[in-house]
Amino acid sequence: MNVVYSLVGTIILVSLASIGVGLLHWYSVFGVIIPYAAIAAFIAGFVYRVLKWARSPVPFHIPTVCGQGKSLPWIKADNIESPYDRAGLIARIALEVLFFRSLFWNERVKLKEAYKLLYSRNLYLWLGGLAFHWSLLIILLRHLRFFLEPVPSFVIFIQVLDGIFQSIVPVIYNSDVIIMAALMYLFLRRLTNAQIRYISLPSDYFALLLLLTVVISGLLMRLFFKADLVKVKQWAMGMLSFHPTLPEGVGLLFYIHLFFVALLIAYFPISKLMHMAGIFLSPTLNLRNDSRMRRHVNPWDYPVKVHTYEEWEGEFREAMKEVGLPVEKE
Amino acid sequence: MTEEEVAQAEDRLGIDHTPPAKSWMDPGVEFRKGTYCYPGAQKHLNYLKLPNPREWQPGGEDWKLPENWKEIVLEGMKDRLSRDRAFGLFLDICVRCGACADKCHFFIGSGDPKNMPVLRTELLRSVYRRYFTLSGKILGKLAGARKLTEDVLKEWFYYFYQCTECRRCSVFCPYGIDTCEITMMARELLGLVGCTINWIIEPASNCFRTGNHLGVPPHAFKSTMEFAVDEVEENTGIRVEAPINKKGAEVLFVAPSADYFASPHWYTLLGYLMLFHEIGLDYTWSAYASEGGNFGLFHSKELAKRLNAKIYDEAKRLGVKWILGGECGHMWRVIHQYMDTFNGPADFLEEPVSPITGTHFENASSTKMVHICEFTADLIENNRLKLDPSRNDHWRVTFHDSCNPSRGMGLIEEPRYILDHVCNHFYEMPDNTIKERTFCCGSGAGLGADENMEIRLRGGFPRANAVKYVHEEFGVNLLACICAIDKAAFPPLLEYWVPGVDVGGIHELLGNALVIDGEKERSTDLRGESLGGKEGETNV
Repeated sequence: MNVVYSLVGTIILVSLASIGVGLLHWYSVFGVIIPYAAIAAFIAGFVYRVLKWARSPVPFHIPTVCGQGKSLPWIKADNIESPYDRAGLIARIALEVLFFRSLFWNERVKLKEAYKLLYSRNLYLWLGGLAFHWSLLIILLRHLRFFLEPVPSFVIFIQVLDGIFQSIVPVIYNSDVIIMAALMYLFLRRLTNAQIRYISLPSDYFALLLLLTVVISGLLMRLFFKADLVKVKQWAMGMLSFHPTLPEGVGLLFYIHLFFVALLIAYFPISKLMHMAGIFLSPTLNLRNDSRMRRHVNPWDYPVKVHTYEEWEGEFREAMKEVGLPVEKE
Repeated sequence: MTEEEVAQAEDRLGIDHTPPAKSWMDPGVEFRKGTYCYPGAQKHLNYLKLPNPREWQPGGEDWKLPENWKEIVLEGMKDRLSRDRAFGLFLDICVRCGACADKCHFFIGSGDPKNMPVLRTELLRSVYRRYFTLSGKILGKLAGARKLTEDVLKEWFYYFYQCTECRRCSVFCPYGIDTCEITMMARELLGLVGCTINWIIEPASNCFRTGNHLGVPPHAFKSTMEFAVDEVEENTGIRVEAPINKKGAEVLFVAPSADYFASPHWYTLLGYLMLFHEIGLDYTWSAYASEGGNFGLFHSKELAKRLNAKIYDEAKRLGVKWILGGECGHMWRVIHQYMDTFNGPADFLEEPVSPITGTHFENASSTKMVHICEFTADLIENNRLKLDPSRNDHWRVTFHDSCNPSRGMGLIEEPRYILDHVCNHFYEMPDNTIKERTFCCGSGAGLGADENMEIRLRGGFPRANAVKYVHEEFGVNLLACICAIDKAAFPPLLEYWVPGVDVGGIHELLGNALVIDGEKERSTDLRGESLGGKEGETNV
């Protein structure tokens, strides 16, 4: 049911853009105002969310330790899974952020026969997630060619590399193919795996549908309904320099693509997509396992009512004396 | 095995991992006997001055909540969101990828979808959305938001007291989201309106008053120690000392109280006493700090701090140099990750140095408390102990990593190193079930009561299943572990799932193997079992 809500929502949004641009010709609304508003919402929202997390303290030292801690010198400590110095900590976070290390170890458990659990490595989610995120990054970098003049050589390099296995024209980028496949996998996984379907909220499908719409509209523009890239670049440069112009003669598809990108970035700060920033602030991940070496201070620590030794001895003094236990007060 | 046979097998266990048709968002939980714990008794809440003491029943209709319970809970949430980054962050950034779903022992053993870590958290997250996020306020259910109702609160009680705070899910989460943190917060919120369980609150109240969970007063503590000393003498012919509240000793030794009052913990206690005698350690027990464990942790951080305070206070009063800690799981979570923050700085103590080997325990330079496995491993490495591992030849041993020493502190190799030297037959359980991926006994975090035995057995199923594997494959007949709750929880668990496997401590096995200067020839192990072997029990 949740997927239906999201599908309907996505269709409504596509229609909105189609009607707004195709029928009502609200080019400046969809081409200038909404993108600006989305960027403003993104920046404000992103900063607000990060500051909100950053402002709340980390009262306790709670890294999730996944390897041998540093103890005796002759026991080999795992500086990545149980980091004891800065280098280890950076490595741990980097491996998690860049290569999804935790998901890499993901496993599936099945009750194979009576009273027998079987564990098997499950790399699909890791692969799907990694493929999606990395191709998204490459696609974003490729898009820099619209916003930078002259186009930096690294962007051209990425672009060439990304199309390297292609001989047909127009080039179908590897990243485009991979991101489509990965998004479809992530979407179908939510639908077909009973457990994942059960936990999925409308927003989980919605994020994927937003991304899918962006990718599909972009691909359609590349392959079938070509947009005038020179005009698009003029528009992008105009937006950047706060002298917006409209890309004339650019079709509806471009506006749908743009609208969904705007939706995606405006939605970003109020959604789970904020995991992008949150991962760096996660106290189970970004603390060293050194809490017996270095004291972690709780900024709001307050005194609590304890049962003092005096109170304790007061209750048991006579009995203690009888059995010869030392007491403070005779 | 055919699909049908698998289905039949699952049916016998009553485990179905396929979620029901009904959405999880509709609250409502059936308090079925065997799956939940008795509520915290009024007198214990009173003694600890905790909110809303009363007599009530989770299965009953009326929970006798305070009239403004909703405001109390929501205010408590708001407060905790501003005071603890992990809480808000973990509520915000979950993407529901589902990697954690089949990592929870309670889900594996019960099939109840709300035992998937993601959904357990979602029970609370949905309320967070409704009252603390814009989209939840506007879109409501569509955004996964739920109103806080009594049914929701009851559901929290049921499922957050069906989580053992073992942190296994956190290992697999790409953001490290730790359901333990969420459970701790949920229990604090439940505690604000007096919804807690007796198996936590009674030990906590006992501990506050007498110094230990079991409520053992100092004179009884002394006599039980004397009894242990007698037993060591019987076994070895050596009269050891067990000094209590001895001022000016070098080391204060703190162990979980079960070690001196429960079985099979008892044999570990005998092992400690023999070890300390053999190396001539100048140490003392404390009858005031006679508990290393901390059931306060399972109620709230504040109660944890209140109970933990006495360890440093007593170290100061007795004038020791540093503290040594016994075999216990959550005790070490507190000591490793919380104690210094709670009740430090321990600047009146010195950086721990082993008086026998001269080793500086730099890893404990601030907290000044050393784990006994670290201490003993160092002794063995420096050849200070004479060991005869053949005295454990009647055991085929496997090691269960307890949740907190492994995922809370990274104490993984030390116990294995000791086992390597004190027994000849050691077999690891499958990789997916040990070290950082170890499975909980199913009874941690205060859930080791009797009335919830069904859920304990279910939660312990993945661990027991791995034990069954090494039992059948290698004839393993002893599960060694370094946690008092394990030692209490495993005997019934293994009796049910894999009969023929006993439970013991690392220092019990050390005590068996330890050759004490001047000892008589031993004919039995610490349990009084003939060293000739346990005939008929091994099926190699």
